[in-house]
Amino acid sequence: MEAVKQYKETDMQAENPQLEQKVWNHRHILDLDDFTPAEIDLVMQTTDAMHEILSRPIKKVPTLRGKTVVTLFYEASTRTRSSFELAAKNLSADISNLTVSSSSVTKGESLIDTLETMEALGADIVVMRHPCSGAPNLASKHVKSSIINAGDGWHAHPTQALLDMYTMLKYKNSIKNLKVTIIGDIIHSRVAHSNIWSLTKMGADVTICGPSTLIPKGMDNPQPYFPKVKVTTDIDKAIKGADVVMGLRLQLERQQSGLLPSIREYAKLYQITEERLSKADKNVIVMHPGPVNEDIEIASSVVHGEKSVITEQVTNGVAVRMALFYLLAGGSRNE
Amino acid sequence: MNKSMLIKNGRIIDPSQGLDMTGDLLVSGGKIKSVAEIIKEIPADCSILDARHMVVCPGFIDFHCHLRQPGFEEKETIATGSRAAAAGGFTTICCMPNTSPALDNKATIDYIKAASAADACIRVLPIGCITRGRAGKELADMGELAEAGVVAFSDDGSTIADSRIMKQALEYSLIFGLPISDHCEDAMLSEGGQINEGIIATRLGLRGIPNAAEENIIARNIALAKLTGARIHICHISTHGSVELIRLAKKDGVKITAEVTPHHLTMDEEMVLGYDTNAKVNPPLRTRKDIDALIKGLKDGTIDIIATDHAPHTANEKLCEFSKAPFGISGFETAFGSLMKLVHNGDIELNLLISKMTAAPAKIIGNRFGTLGTLKVEAPADITVFNPDEEWTVDTDKFYSKGKNTPLNGVELKGKILATIYNGKAVYKDNSLKPGDKA
Repeated sequence: MEAVKQYKETDMQAENPQLEQKVWNHRHILDLDDFTPAEIDLVMQTTDAMHEILSRPIKKVPTLRGKTVVTLFYEASTRTRSSFELAAKNLSADISNLTVSSSSVTKGESLIDTLETMEALGADIVVMRHPCSGAPNLASKHVKSSIINAGDGWHAHPTQALLDMYTMLKYKNSIKNLKVTIIGDIIHSRVAHSNIWSLTKMGADVTICGPSTLIPKGMDNPQPYFPKVKVTTDIDKAIKGADVVMGLRLQLERQQSGLLPSIREYAKLYQITEERLSKADKNVIVMHPGPVNEDIEIASSVVHGEKSVITEQVTNGVAVRMALFYLLAGGSRNE
Repeated sequence: MNKSMLIKNGRIIDPSQGLDMTGDLLVSGGKIKSVAEIIKEIPADCSILDARHMVVCPGFIDFHCHLRQPGFEEKETIATGSRAAAAGGFTTICCMPNTSPALDNKATIDYIKAASAADACIRVLPIGCITRGRAGKELADMGELAEAGVVAFSDDGSTIADSRIMKQALEYSLIFGLPISDHCEDAMLSEGGQINEGIIATRLGLRGIPNAAEENIIARNIALAKLTGARIHICHISTHGSVELIRLAKKDGVKITAEVTPHHLTMDEEMVLGYDTNAKVNPPLRTRKDIDALIKGLKDGTIDIIATDHAPHTANEKLCEFSKAPFGISGFETAFGSLMKLVHNGDIELNLLISKMTAAPAKIIGNRFGTLGTLKVEAPADITVFNPDEEWTVDTDKFYSKGKNTPLNGVELKGKILATIYNGKAVYKDNSLKPGDKA
């Protein structure tokens, strides 16, 4: 009851109650390729409001009371799932976690069967992580509930990209013209892909850098399918003057599949080190979606150094996910 | 069954004899009896099909399809597949041996022949395996298969990865003079690949299949065909590099023929945006640059024939995560309509299109199974009648094929099959033909 009393309309709503109806046009959050800059702005503003809630002694509001959120994870994850779970709980949703063990997959239960079961059990929002790219897109075509993509294959991780942007905005005035460099295993990184969409939409100047075997194909020619970014294999060139440097987790199996000669050589050529960072803008921030392989993709001293905002990304993740739940729940905000 | 049939006033196109005229065609006793501007003397029992504004040509021949029987009857059977083919204007289809069991011995070929005699409404010619069980390790009994009546050898679906086995298969095939038809895919390069390697794969986060996966094996096969002097046929080519390799090999005198599918000629990789598993096919849909090269190759003779690679799957098999879906497009019933887009766009001439689906595949098959792909007098009366300008909308619910897996559902096509005649008998007739037209 205390929580209910504490909850008040946020400034954003008070100023412009119609704003989100006009701007927000999503039933699902699959990737950021179909987000407008205004929608991204709205998510940022709403996250601010949620951030304020998180700073209260009692971090609970009744916005999603009576709504059921199901997390459906086909891949192991503790961090992302906990972040979604906390976000849902802070908004008073009922939450149910389902880890799909290989057993029901081997029993031949299809993704669509599972989703139909979730829906029959009353899920309003399904948070889904899946190893196959496009699985959430498939899900969204077959269910009435809202799907939030919590990472699919190499494709997209939209909530991560939104929390990354929110974190950048805590340190930088604007995303427009911000020099953002993403370093590492770009081709297999859903985090990088979603970040490229959101950052370029908001006018950032994005550079991707990594060994040529880990750079996505087909970006050299002008084409309408994927945002234009700068591509380089030279890390010093990539970092020079950067406002934001983002590392990515290097999956150790990349060596086994012959994409890299050795992890040692990768670290030598592409590790984000203090020395390399000295060529960046003096106010550079260093980000990483976690979990970090310290001293492989980023030097340990950088992870724990003053330029690192990696821990803050985690906190902001809860606020961003609260904002997304809130926006998806739509009309329930006045309850 | 009609004993005779007169097809009147049609535009008769038969590339096998350079024929393109308006006139009549008389069929009797299952054979072509005469072709003339006006045929006045007709038998008493003759039915008449008025083909004004229609094209009359030899029945289409498909050198590459999957009928799934035996073993995968939930996807297709000889009965449903042959009806779908007839609806697509085909009168002869060559079925690939990747069934279960695979068609790698006489008993399985005899089974296909018997099942076709019982269930098929058109001519079904089986292709036998190159290797036992399609395992790529030991040669199948190719002599026995040839004697049993296979039209070619292929392990389609898989490449013969072992170059020594491929060399020996080619050498051994010289005894029979039948082509070895190879699905060219370097499995080490394509492993785990879902769609064309390039920007669409980047956007969708899917593993790509590079052009080189196909071109590597084509280059190897050209070298081996040159070495052995045997006939090599290249299945479903999809890249501009493949066209170039084959063009040079032909110039070099290698006994090579090549096919291209309707989907590789008319659709690019964009079709998979939105993760449409119905556009997931192997080799993958490529780019506009590849399509342009394929069309050029078709025109200059580098690519001999158009073959559907009709690959039916159940709706459930395609209703899943993209990377779990099987490869393949159900192609019989949309092949002609989609290819006509090339004619209407001015990319190729109508006569060339017909040639690539009739006279050219007949030349690869040879005369072991009769005189095919022609309207010459005394040839089997295999005839397709179509309206080149009629527009229609693809509706997979109306497919004869069990495979509804096509990205063309709901798409409007211009060019419609109206009747398919096999051995003088109408095996398919469009509903629009007036009841009075007894065909």
